[in-house]
Amino acid sequence: MTLRRSAMRWLAFGVATTLTLAACGGGDDGGSGQTTASVSQADIDKAMQTPTELTFWTWVPQIEKEVALFEKKYPAIKVNVVNAGQGEPQYTKLRTALKAGSGAPDVVQIEFQYIPTFTITDSLLDLRPYGAEALKSQFVDWTWQQVTGRNGEVWAIPQDTGPMGMLYRQDIFDKYGIQPPKTWDEFAAAARKLHAADPDVYITNLASNQNGVWMGLLWQAGAKPFTSSAPDQISVNVNDATSKKLADYWSGLAKEGVVSTDPDFTDQWYQALNRGKYATWLTAAWGPVFLSTSAKDTSGKWRAAPLPQWTAGDNKSGNWGGSTSAVIKSTKNPIAAAKFAEFLNTDAESTRLFATEQFLFPPTRALLADPSFTGQKPAFYGGQTVNELFAGISDTVSTGFTWPPFLDQTVSDWDETVGKSLADKADTSAALDQWQSRITTYAKNQGFTVG
Amino acid sequence: MSTVTTNTIPRRARRAQARQAASGYLFVAPFLVVFLAMLVLPLLYAAYLSLFKEQLIGGTTFAGLDNYRRALTDDQLVEGVVRVGKFFLLQVPLMLGLALFFALALDSGVLRLARVFRLGIFVPYAVPSVVATLMWGYLYGPDFGPIAQLADKLGVTAPKFLSDDLMLGSLANVVTWEYTGYNMIILYAALRAIPSELYEAAAVDGAGAWRTAWSVKIPAIRPALMLALIFSVIGSFQLFNEPNLLQRLAPNVIANSYTPNLYAYSLAFTSQEVNYAAAVSFLLGLVIVVVSYAFLLIGNRRRAS
Repeated sequence: MTLRRSAMRWLAFGVATTLTLAACGGGDDGGSGQTTASVSQADIDKAMQTPTELTFWTWVPQIEKEVALFEKKYPAIKVNVVNAGQGEPQYTKLRTALKAGSGAPDVVQIEFQYIPTFTITDSLLDLRPYGAEALKSQFVDWTWQQVTGRNGEVWAIPQDTGPMGMLYRQDIFDKYGIQPPKTWDEFAAAARKLHAADPDVYITNLASNQNGVWMGLLWQAGAKPFTSSAPDQISVNVNDATSKKLADYWSGLAKEGVVSTDPDFTDQWYQALNRGKYATWLTAAWGPVFLSTSAKDTSGKWRAAPLPQWTAGDNKSGNWGGSTSAVIKSTKNPIAAAKFAEFLNTDAESTRLFATEQFLFPPTRALLADPSFTGQKPAFYGGQTVNELFAGISDTVSTGFTWPPFLDQTVSDWDETVGKSLADKADTSAALDQWQSRITTYAKNQGFTVG
Repeated sequence: MSTVTTNTIPRRARRAQARQAASGYLFVAPFLVVFLAMLVLPLLYAAYLSLFKEQLIGGTTFAGLDNYRRALTDDQLVEGVVRVGKFFLLQVPLMLGLALFFALALDSGVLRLARVFRLGIFVPYAVPSVVATLMWGYLYGPDFGPIAQLADKLGVTAPKFLSDDLMLGSLANVVTWEYTGYNMIILYAALRAIPSELYEAAAVDGAGAWRTAWSVKIPAIRPALMLALIFSVIGSFQLFNEPNLLQRLAPNVIANSYTPNLYAYSLAFTSQEVNYAAAVSFLLGLVIVVVSYAFLLIGNRRRAS
C-alpha cells in the first residue's frame, strides 16, 4: 500500500468537495424564471428557427438516428448527444454539474423512479408552458402519472417503460410437468415441485440486490410505500401489511431453498440464465430482448406470461424501469429543449425507431396498438407475440404508485437490509422494519416531516 | 569561510546563494502549486464544509461540531473503522513478513536468478489495483470462477470467497498480492545500504547467515520497516478500490459502509450528505494519524530500550 494511493484518494475527494463549494457559491438555477403561463406559438416558431445548440445526455445506444430526425425537421438546432453513463453514474455527474452551476445538459434521460429525486432539488423544468399537457392522451395512463407532479406539473416526457411479466423456460416446465403458474400460490407450489425434481434448478431468482423488482412486485400487490401530500412531507410505509405479505412469501421460499437469491446482472447470474438454473425470470417488458441477447444459447426455449396474481382471476402488474426525457431548469433554450424532448418521444417515426432499433418498450398508445409492433414473432420465444402480451400487461399497471424524493438512499438501504436478509435467508420481515427505520431517520435528517 | 575575505566576496556569495535558493524554489514550484491547489485547499474547504449541514428541505445551516458528534456515535462508521483495524492486524504482518522474507532471501546472495525473482515479486505492484481486483474477483467467483469450476470437477466444494465470513480474508489476499513486492523493494534497498563492516564484524564473532539476518540485518533496516509499516497503516485505513469493486460481485456482503472511506464516498454521492462525509473523512484522517503515531512511538521506544 502506498502513499501515492492515499494521495489520489484525497485528491479525488478534494475535487469532489471543490465542486460542491462552487455549488454553494452560485447554485441559483434560475428558479425565479418559472412561469406557468404558456409560451405563444409565435415564440416557439421563432425559437425553433434560431440557431441553437442543445446538449442531450442519454445512454440509449445509437440514439443519433432519432436525433437526426429532429435535426432534419429543425435544421437551425443542433443536438450534441453525450453518453454520461447509464443510470447511477449519470445521475452522479448530473448532480455534480447542477451543484457546480455549470456543465449540466439541456435535456437528460431520467428513469421514472428518479424524477422526484430531481424535482425536490428544483432541477427540472415544468413543461406545461410548452404545451406538454396536450400530449397526455398519447401516453398510457400510468406512464403519464409517473411524470406528473403534485400540482399537475409535467416534469418529463416518457420514453420507454417496463411493465412486468414472467419469462419462463417452456422446456423445463414441460420436462417436469409444470403449468405456467397463474397465482403466487401456484408459483410457490411449482417452485417446490421443480426443486424437488432437480436440485440444480430453481423456479426463479429473486435478486438480492434488485430493489427495482421488489418495488415492481410491491406495485403489483397494490402497496403505496411512499406518499407525500406536500413537498416537505413524506409518509413511509415500507413495512405495512402488503409489504410484510411480500416479505413472508419470498423469504419463505428463499429459506426453503426453492428460489435462489443471486445478485443479478453479474457474471454468476448471466451464466445461470444460460445454463438453465432459473426456470423463470420475473422481469419487465424490456426483458425479452435483453434476454435474447444475453442468453443466446437458450433460444427458442423461452415463453412469456403475465406475472402470477395474488388473487386468482386478477389482472395486475407493476413496473420495473423505463425512462423519460426531462429538461434541466438551467437550460438557456427552454423552448428548443422542451420541443426536442417532445419530438423525440411523440414523433411517429422517432418512437417507432425506439421500438424497432433500440427495442425500447413504448409508452405511447399508438405503438402499443400498432400491429407492426405487437405482431412481431421472435424466434427466441418460439414465435410467440411477446410484444402483444406486454402491451396488454401495460394496461394493467395501476396509477398511483409514487417514488420517494431520495431514491438513491432508499435503494442503498434496501440492499443492506431487505436484500441482505433474502441473501442470508434471514428474517425479511424484521429487515423491512429496519429499512423503514433507516428511511425515516434519513428523511428526518433531511428536514422532511415524516408521517 | 575564511576570516580574511573582503567585503565583496560574502555579498557575491550571498547573491549566489539567493540565486540558488530561487532556482530551488523554482524546481519545487510545480509541486507546490499542485500541492496547494489539489491537497491543501480542498482539505481546508472540506474542513469548512464539515461545519455545515445541507438538507434537501431547509437548505444549508451552520452546524458547528454536530457532524463530528454524529460521526462518533455512528455505528456504521465505528463498525467500518473496527473492520479496517482487523484487516490491518490480519494483513499487514503477513505482507510485511513476506516482504522481509523475500528481501532477506534476495539479499543473501544464495539465490540463483535473483533478478528474475525480484522482478517477479515486484510485478504485481505494476498492475493497477482496479485491474488486480477485477482479476481476483473473477478467480473468486462462485459458479463462474476457475477455482469454483475446478473444485466442481474434483467433486469438492470451493470455499465461498465472497461470503460474509471470508470476504475480509479475500480482500487481504488481493492487497497482499499487490503490495508485497513494493514493500520488498523498500526493504531490499535498505539491506543493500548496510555497511559491509557490520557483516565482517558479525563473521568475526562467528555469526552464521541466520544469526546475521536476525541480529544485524533486521535491526539495521528498522527505519525502512517502520516506513513500510506507516504506509501500510495509511493504506489499510483508506481501503477503497478493492471493496468498491468486489461490491459488484457481492452486493449483500460489502455494504456501503464496509470501510470508512467507502462510507464517506457513499455519504457524499448516494446520500447527498456532503458535509457529513467531510466530517467522516476528517475523523478518518485523525484515526490514521493517531495509529501511525502510536506505531512510531512504540517503534522508537523499542529502539531506545
